[in-house]
Amino acid sequence: MDREEFEEIAQRSRDEAAAFAVHVNICTSSGCVASGCEHVKKQAEAEVQSRGLQHTCRINGVGCQGLCGSGPIVSVQPDNVLYHKVKPDDVADILDHVGQASVPHLELRQDSPFFERQQRVVLANAGKIDPEEIETAMAAGAYGALLKVTTEMMPPEVCKVITDSGLRGRGGAGYPTGLKWGTVAKATNSTKFVVCNGDEGDPGAFMDRSIMESDPHRVLEGMAIAGYAVGASEGFVYVRAEYALAIKRLKRAIHQAEKRGLLGKNIFGSTFSFSIELRLGAGAFVCGEETALMASIEGRRGNPRPRPPFPSESGLWGHPTLINNVETFANVAPIITNGSAWFANIGTETSKGTKVFALSGKVNRVGLIEVPMGISLREIVMEIGGGIPNGNQFKAVQTGGPSGGCIPADYLDTPVDYESLRKLGSIMGSGGMVVMDDTSSMVSVAHYFMAFNMDESCGKCIPCRVGTIQMVELLKRFTAQRATHDDLVLLEELCDMVSQTSLCGLGQSAPNPVISTLRYFRDEYLRCIAPVTESA
Amino acid sequence: MSSVKTLKINGKDVSARTDDTILQVIREHDIFLPTLCHIEGLSAVGACRLCLVEINGSSKLRSACVTQVEEGMEVVTDNERLQKYRRMILEMLFVEGNHVCAVCVANGYCELQWLAERLGVDHTRLIYLHPDKHVDASHYRYAIDHNRCILCARCVRVCGEIEGAHTWDVAGRGINAHVVTDLNTSWDSSPTCTECGKCVQVCPTGALFKKSRAIGEMAKDNHFLPYLKTMREVNKNDR
Repeated sequence: MDREEFEEIAQRSRDEAAAFAVHVNICTSSGCVASGCEHVKKQAEAEVQSRGLQHTCRINGVGCQGLCGSGPIVSVQPDNVLYHKVKPDDVADILDHVGQASVPHLELRQDSPFFERQQRVVLANAGKIDPEEIETAMAAGAYGALLKVTTEMMPPEVCKVITDSGLRGRGGAGYPTGLKWGTVAKATNSTKFVVCNGDEGDPGAFMDRSIMESDPHRVLEGMAIAGYAVGASEGFVYVRAEYALAIKRLKRAIHQAEKRGLLGKNIFGSTFSFSIELRLGAGAFVCGEETALMASIEGRRGNPRPRPPFPSESGLWGHPTLINNVETFANVAPIITNGSAWFANIGTETSKGTKVFALSGKVNRVGLIEVPMGISLREIVMEIGGGIPNGNQFKAVQTGGPSGGCIPADYLDTPVDYESLRKLGSIMGSGGMVVMDDTSSMVSVAHYFMAFNMDESCGKCIPCRVGTIQMVELLKRFTAQRATHDDLVLLEELCDMVSQTSLCGLGQSAPNPVISTLRYFRDEYLRCIAPVTESA
Repeated sequence: MSSVKTLKINGKDVSARTDDTILQVIREHDIFLPTLCHIEGLSAVGACRLCLVEINGSSKLRSACVTQVEEGMEVVTDNERLQKYRRMILEMLFVEGNHVCAVCVANGYCELQWLAERLGVDHTRLIYLHPDKHVDASHYRYAIDHNRCILCARCVRVCGEIEGAHTWDVAGRGINAHVVTDLNTSWDSSPTCTECGKCVQVCPTGALFKKSRAIGEMAKDNHFLPYLKTMREVNKNDR
């Protein structure tokens, strides 16, 4: 495929879409599938047929439009009306109101902070394109950045743009992406690999899943650009097998991209070739750790190994390997298209761009949000999330999943960036954000996450294998209100020992939920200590 | 590039080859550093975390068995903090299994027991898990008692790397991880086991043992490992 052909396909798809006066976009991501969007879509298609509107009104299956808590979400264009909690019976009503006033009881007002405070970079096309049709993605600009790098830029220039943009890893640790790319690019080996980490497993996190379901081509394009920049011709997308819909769409996307020549040999007539293979995880959280993930791709038991050597030096089968998170790759194409200065303009001094969060828990509006870095936790929870339901009080927000911590009400005005969250004893993490109100017991929260870490420990190193179960057993004494002061001392010693001596990131960060709740809610632990009874 | 490095271990200047690990240098200079998963001649995995050392005053600990020496490195192998962690690691090993020295076939010949004595682990505040673990005594010469297994995976490595049989591997995860023969079948039905007994000789505890031996005959004999490793390397170079 060359530039003319590429632009022709995109234009044809745009023309086809423009031929329809009305577009009904129905969300077909997992959240809305669970609330029955497929029935709505079927009903809508039947209704359009029976009314003879098939040449003027198009029913599109699209990706996530946010607000997963009140699905299925349907939007009508060009009216720019958004409906929520749509049932198949509502379809006739919606079609009746096209071009007129909206259906009042279904309408979701878009002038609320949930929509106004968001800034969509990664999710720019989510909810607009059909993730199962590559032409609609191309019409929205997909693979344009790949065309640009393969025809106009040299690999070091690509690395430089990414470095200048200030993009940092979205998997949680926030390692500078440009630095990682540069390291792999400088390795002199002839075989290198690009790996996309889609083994999202934090409880309450569904950012990467939504990206892969809503706009899989953006992830593939980011990987191909990375391959070009670092000199790799093979890539792997590692996705947990539980993400059936994401897998289905990625498979389809890879197939369609290969058919169109956007992946494979001599992309856009250049000397650059890049193929992508899909690998499925078998349900181990630890396989999100990069060395374990690579062992799993190689077909071995998903155990982590000590670093160094880091993957950029010795990764898959000993070759230099670039490994980034789904969201990191999804940021690449817009940076190439709009330039590093545009991206660096969003966010704070050290944390650039936007971040996708999965907002859940005791909050009025549950869903997927994308906000600029530096926004305060208060804005996210109180404005975008719409505050706490049932008149309860905000207590804490948990970020970073089982490796993160709880941030109490006193710090609600903290800006969301890598450094500020770390200072508070939590981490940015991959983007899970669970809100808790005054009915939540923080000891139970710590117990829940510790039990999660215990279940997910691989068992290779002793501090994590035995330390996590010891901490869970101690926390059980607290939740049963029969702990002693000695238990608290031992719990704190274990927190220190497990975090300092464990082999991989899972074990090193496993005590964080306990450490952070002890830091801010120590009184709750103390209240769980049984009074000493004087025995005769 | 220089093929030798100089570094400091516990304040003492030492020399090392570029590809040496810190542990190799430590052993060469007869400095005591406890290890349980490491054994000379097998690949290093850094799993037992006993050989953690402090480097250049950084609070981040590194396992000596997998860390290569660097010029000017300053290594501390022993201080109060490291001792505390090491004792806790041993305590964890004792509470996760069912280690009863008095009735163990390896009593007096057990690396876990030696280290506990040496590091002064005589009691624990941790919670005993008393797991329900089984014994596979189906093999006519050898047996495995999972109650005493510390998951060092030496048997897995010696079987795969030296004998080339790969009979042993690890199954399950977390606290439920355990070693298995082949696809978790009984040892006597293993079609891959060559009955060489290397796994028994490298086992640091009484988990793997020879049947019908008196306790006095339980001394492990694994002097063969470094030779086999050398032979393996010579073979590789000849090819």
